[in-house]
Amino acid sequence: MTNNPAIRYLLQAINLFLFMALIAAFSSGPSVRQLEEGMAVITLAFGHAGQPVRACHKRTPDELAALAPNMRAPMDCPRERSIIKVELLMDGKSILNLTVPPPGAFKDQGVDIYENVTVPIGRHKFTVRMNDSALVKGYTYSNSYTADLTAAQLLFIDFSQQANGFTFN
Amino acid sequence: MKAKSNPIKRGYLYLEEWFNVSFGEAWNPLYHLGPLTFFFFWIALISGLYLYIFFNTTVDNAHASLEAIVNGHILGIGSLMRSLHRYASDAAIVTIMLHVFREFSQDRYRGKRWYSWFTGIPTLWMVALLGITGYWMVWDELALYVAMGASHLLDVLPIFSDSMARNFLPGNLSDRFSTLLAFLHLLGQPMILIFMLWFHVKRLTHVEVSAPKGLAIGCFIALTVLSMYLPAVSHAPVNLSKVPTEIHLDWFYLNIFPLLQYWSPGEIWLLVAGVTTLMLFMPWLPKKNEGIPAVVDLAHCNGCGQCVIDCPFDAISLQPRTDGAKWESEVIVHPELCAACGICTGSCPSSTPFRKVKDDESLKTGIDMPGLTLDKFKRQTDEVLAKLTGENKIMAFGCTHGYDIGSFSAPNVGTLDLFCTGMMPASLAEYALKNGADGVVISGCRHGDCYYRFGNHWMDLRIQGDRKPVLRSRVDRERIKILGGADIDGKKLHQQFGLFHDSLAQKTATPPKAATQEVSHD
Repeated sequence: MTNNPAIRYLLQAINLFLFMALIAAFSSGPSVRQLEEGMAVITLAFGHAGQPVRACHKRTPDELAALAPNMRAPMDCPRERSIIKVELLMDGKSILNLTVPPPGAFKDQGVDIYENVTVPIGRHKFTVRMNDSALVKGYTYSNSYTADLTAAQLLFIDFSQQANGFTFN
Repeated sequence: MKAKSNPIKRGYLYLEEWFNVSFGEAWNPLYHLGPLTFFFFWIALISGLYLYIFFNTTVDNAHASLEAIVNGHILGIGSLMRSLHRYASDAAIVTIMLHVFREFSQDRYRGKRWYSWFTGIPTLWMVALLGITGYWMVWDELALYVAMGASHLLDVLPIFSDSMARNFLPGNLSDRFSTLLAFLHLLGQPMILIFMLWFHVKRLTHVEVSAPKGLAIGCFIALTVLSMYLPAVSHAPVNLSKVPTEIHLDWFYLNIFPLLQYWSPGEIWLLVAGVTTLMLFMPWLPKKNEGIPAVVDLAHCNGCGQCVIDCPFDAISLQPRTDGAKWESEVIVHPELCAACGICTGSCPSSTPFRKVKDDESLKTGIDMPGLTLDKFKRQTDEVLAKLTGENKIMAFGCTHGYDIGSFSAPNVGTLDLFCTGMMPASLAEYALKNGADGVVISGCRHGDCYYRFGNHWMDLRIQGDRKPVLRSRVDRERIKILGGADIDGKKLHQQFGLFHDSLAQKTATPPKAATQEVSHD
């Protein structure tokens, strides 16, 4: 340690200045850019359980008799759910295509989908279609929406069975 | 001859030396990183409490209420408090990281010290989480960025049945989550953090929680100046129909989130888990082989408890006497905690080389180190003293972690290394002076930076007569030189050694009228 108090205090001030400079430098920067200029974001996010993989079957008297008394439910419905297939099209061109198997040990749970797609701003027609049933060929839901997207706009696509399909927010 | 230390250790030592030059040993920030972190925590706590009085935690009003605090309070107190809250929290991360680097570079994280290191890693994560929830509460664009990033990370873990990220999309937002966050940030996480800190220091004694006043005042002034010159500001309030584009990130706390642009959440968790696992198990990579723990000899222990007070690692305790002796207590060593530093031997009043023993008996003490017993290093001292020739004979005692005192060796200078200078009974200095030495040098680690936390400090106080067992007052302190230095301090130590040697020569030529009680100390 230097014995000159003035030099000592000066050195301490320099050290504290460097410490504060370090904090100032990284406390709110360097900045991160998560979206390029002229781009918008489409977020497709919903939770949905697929349809059972096969139709329910009414058990015959023989089938019921073969079961333990406490298991004799008249209907035999599968636990397993169908795979969810979703496709998002922009101006007729596919920009997102998902195939999501049902989670769970018995494949009987609903799926959670959360996907972001970055698209150029401007007027676009979006179509979302989904197949949630192994018994149906093609799509069980299909909805379209035309949006004038501005810079950094978020178009949120949700799914609701009550609304009978996809909603665009 | 000791091996030269590695570049990381030497780099740290140069940094430490720079701070010693600037602040002195008493205020060196690197010697008070824990207390400084506590100090920044207190600033964050007090400023946070001020903010909370006026802060509205609901998602609709959080941002506006913070802006009202920052812009509406008289004399800019609101802005100052908000800025102090942020910058003190950032400063705490800097001191924590320096603390980690210090312990790593000085090899103070392995062996019996694994526990403090091991419990420190989750504590660091808890501090980071506390910062993340803090940024979340403001509910500005940065908060949304953090909320979405954290949700994506959490959604890949089997914790929540539904996607957490969907909560932050238009139409899904509710105040319930912001209430939970406020609870976490204001009460839950700080409480857990305090418990974790308690665990972190559980195996240490004399834990310093208050930074030196001058250093604390300096840091507070610096933080205040920074807060006034560059006040912390919020991003724009959250607009769920817009994606935050440019984020001014606090890299001290939020550095993990930009990775989400390049890596999947699963990959980031792998990175976090990998780094955490590596850090947690570093004390065993490789395992450090420490010496044999101290052993108690009840026949020479009266249970005074001085070793219990002096042990830096809480490895010694008192229990009721079991041998029927007249004393109330006896000392017990917990081998699983003992770092084998030998400080207990130095603190035991029975550890004196002046005790009379028969030729066929060994010198005993109440608590001793099997790796280097009191008897052994007394005999080694005798051997070294017997070999000294010439004028101004000096007996130098060093420690295995400080400067290599072997480089002082000369026909009139003998050296002996101990585990720690705190292991040396103060009476050994008197013994050396009475048995041929004209001077005694005790060269430990840098003052304030003992490898075993307090060894050189306790020794210093014993020699000065301020800590038991004291060096007798009749011993001429001018013939004792206490040095402190690391292996990069050779030039300085040799210079001080030379001056001491010269002072002895002068003293021999002109004996003093009265011995001073002031110990020579560098």
